[in-house]
This record gives sequence, structure tokens and C-alpha cells, in this order.
Amino acid sequence: MALASSETITLSGPSGSGKSRLLRAIIDLDPDTSGDAWINDTQRSLTPAFEWRRLAGYLPAVSHWWEDHVGEHFPLSSPVELSSLGLDAALFESPVSHLSSGEKQRLAIIRLLANQPRALLLDEPTANLDAQHTLVVEKLISEYQQTHATPVIWVTHDKSQQQRVGDRHFEIRNGEILLAASLQEEK
Amino acid sequence: MISLIILTPFDLAITSALILLMAFLSWRLHLGVGRQFLIAALRSAVQLILLGYVLKIIFAEQAFWMVLLLGSIMLGVAGYEVLSRQRRRFSGWWGYGIGATAMSISSFSVTLIALLIVIQPTPWYQPQYAIPLLGMLLGNTMTGIAVGLDNLTRSAWEKRELIEAQLILGRRGIEAIRTIRRDALRSGMIPIINTMAAAGLVSLPGMMTGQILAGVEPLEAAKYQLLIMYLIAGGTGLGSLAAIWLGSERLFDDRHRLRLDRLTTSK
Repeated sequence: MALASSETITLSGPSGSGKSRLLRAIIDLDPDTSGDAWINDTQRSLTPAFEWRRLAGYLPAVSHWWEDHVGEHFPLSSPVELSSLGLDAALFESPVSHLSSGEKQRLAIIRLLANQPRALLLDEPTANLDAQHTLVVEKLISEYQQTHATPVIWVTHDKSQQQRVGDRHFEIRNGEILLAASLQEEK
Repeated sequence: MISLIILTPFDLAITSALILLMAFLSWRLHLGVGRQFLIAALRSAVQLILLGYVLKIIFAEQAFWMVLLLGSIMLGVAGYEVLSRQRRRFSGWWGYGIGATAMSISSFSVTLIALLIVIQPTPWYQPQYAIPLLGMLLGNTMTGIAVGLDNLTRSAWEKRELIEAQLILGRRGIEAIRTIRRDALRSGMIPIINTMAAAGLVSLPGMMTGQILAGVEPLEAAKYQLLIMYLIAGGTGLGSLAAIWLGSERLFDDRHRLRLDRLTTSK
């Protein structure tokens, strides 16, 4: 599978079909996965795993926070402002346990973009957000994508979101990744 | 100086009545530890009397190979003790190897330092010094290593998602497990820190007790106790460091993946 720079493909499929497993395999997080991956000329198997993961920019469906306070999870200078996702800068000082799930989700996106990834692998990035915040996140990601020419794999079940953000739509069925257009032809 | 009062079998029989009483209570109150309690008491009797005979022979012969052999057996058993205290142990040879390697590095090196530089008996391997020293060191580093390793693997298992979250963001394995390592090391060191802090105030340490019972001048006994306690502290620290370092290396592979599949769970 190949993605053009600045292209977004959406990925859907029943739960347990292997969407997250595919994204985890791309960032080389599990043993016993074969194959290789490239971002431009950077080949995964020739790149140290920690560098590769910075480039590949994976956002898991659930964000995890290992320090007590929000700010400790971010590099000293973060290029993305909290306000761009409707978050108060004071959140940096607050304990992680005080965050709502929506705040965690948006903060996780900012945390990811702070790494300046060259690709984005997003696992249901707006699952915990209301309609308004969903649009804000979509706009932020699209802006990042335009400035950095990043390909995006976006896992989502929301048909209208697939239409809004996706250039091509794929579905995982019985362990195979199928282009949505070809699915329609079958029908 | 007071000479040692020789214990008769009758003296031991009186104290063993305490064990029987406790076992009886356990049976009456359905505590469920009576059987284990009796077996452990019986084991200690057999093991210590056997050791008494073995030491008698070794002390008489003063042969280096005998000291070395007994030391190796002690180390081998200590390795199994460490393994058996792990709830989540490394599978294969690693489970035994990490604990035993860490223990041999720390206990043997510290015993050698004590014999060659500090106490300097002639010959340097004189069994009256070498074997009790090694035994005390193994016994104590064993606890530190077992607690530290158990803590490391258990935390890694429980905090898998927190570790992976850091790996996903491009941290190295060693960075992602730093806090867990530090806590594991601390947990291994706390018993000896507590022992040192409480020594002489709450408890009369075992070795000093023994020497005083044997008629040694209390101040001399205190000096020996200090010596052994510092050796134990150093040995425990080195041993826990080595075990936790080896363990956390084993928890990740060269692609910086968290490899919990290398652990097996004991019941």
C-alpha cells in the first residue's frame, strides 16, 4: 500500500479486524510482524526504532499518561498551541487525573504533533469528542498535513468524517485491506 | 570471658515443643499453615545439622576446593530461591540466570574484598571466615535481588500501556522504563537500609548476638557486625543494580519493543 504525500486514507472495519494491529505493525511495536515500511526514503528496518516511531506519528485510540502532571509529557517548546484545540494553557499545570476524556484526546494529538512526525497514523482520533471539537481537530490535522506534506492513515467509522477528511477509503475484511470503491463494485 | 554453654539435645527438645504447640494451634484454629510450619522446622533442623557436619569436615581439611564447592552449591540454591519468589519470571534459562549472575557478581566480589583486603586470614580462603561471610552475603543479597526483580517484572506487566505510550512517542526502551527501574531498585534496597537504621536500637543483629553468646567482647562483636553490615549493604546494592539492569535489558529487544512475552507467570 502506498500513500502520496498530503494524502489521507480512511480505514474502517469491524472491531477486532486488525486496524489497530496494522498501525502497531507499521510503527514496529509488536514482535512477530514481518515486512517493511518507508516514509519517503527512510526505510524502517534501517532506522532505529525510536526514530522511526517519531517519524511515523501513531495516535492510539486511548491515550496514556505516565507522569503526574500534563506538562511533563511535552517537550519544552511545543510548536502547537493548546488554544488551537480550544484548550486553556493552564491545563499544562494540572494533574492528569483531572482531565476529561475529551481533553486527554485533544492533548494527546498536540503531544503527538510536538514530535513533528512525517506521517500520521490516527486511530479514531475524534471518538471522544463532540461535533464542534471534531471539526476543530480535523482542521488542525489538515493544516499540519498541508504544511508538512504528511500522508495520513485515519481510522474512523463515521461515514461523514470519511467523506470530509479522506481521499480514498479502505476497509479491512477477513484480514484483507480493500479499497472501498472495489467493495462497491462487488455489490 | 564466659565460655560457651554447650546445648544438650534435651535443650533443643524443649524449644521444639514451641513448634509443636504452634502447629497444634494452627490445626485447632484452622489457620492452614501448620503443615508448612512443621515441614520448614524439620527442614531447618536437617539442613543445619548436615551443614554442621559438612563444616566440621571442611574446617578440618582447610582445602580450597572444598570451600569453592560449598560456595557454588550455596549460590546455586540461592539462585533457585530468587527464581521461586518471582511471580512473573523470565522464561527459559534467563529466569534463573539473571538472579544467579547478579548474586555471584555481588556476593563473590564482596566476599573476596572482605577476605583479601579487610580481614586477611591465612590462608585467605580460611573456611571459618570465608563460608559464614559468603553465607550472610548470599542470604541478604538474595532478598534484595528477589524483591527488586519481582518489582521490576510486575510493574512492567502492570504498566505495559504506560511504557508503550512512551515508546510510541519515540522514547528508547531504557527511558520508558526509568521510573519503574528506580522504584524496583529502591524496593530491593529498603530492607537493608531499615536494618542498618534500626541496628542496635530495635534489634541486636544476628551476628553480634552469636558472637556475644560465644563469649566475644561486645565492642569486638559490634565491629564485626558493622563490617558485615556494610558488606551486605554494598553487596545488596551491587546485586540489585546488576539484576535490575540485566532484567530491564531483557524486557526490550533491539527494536525497542516491550517484550512481555519473555515473561511467564507462576502460580
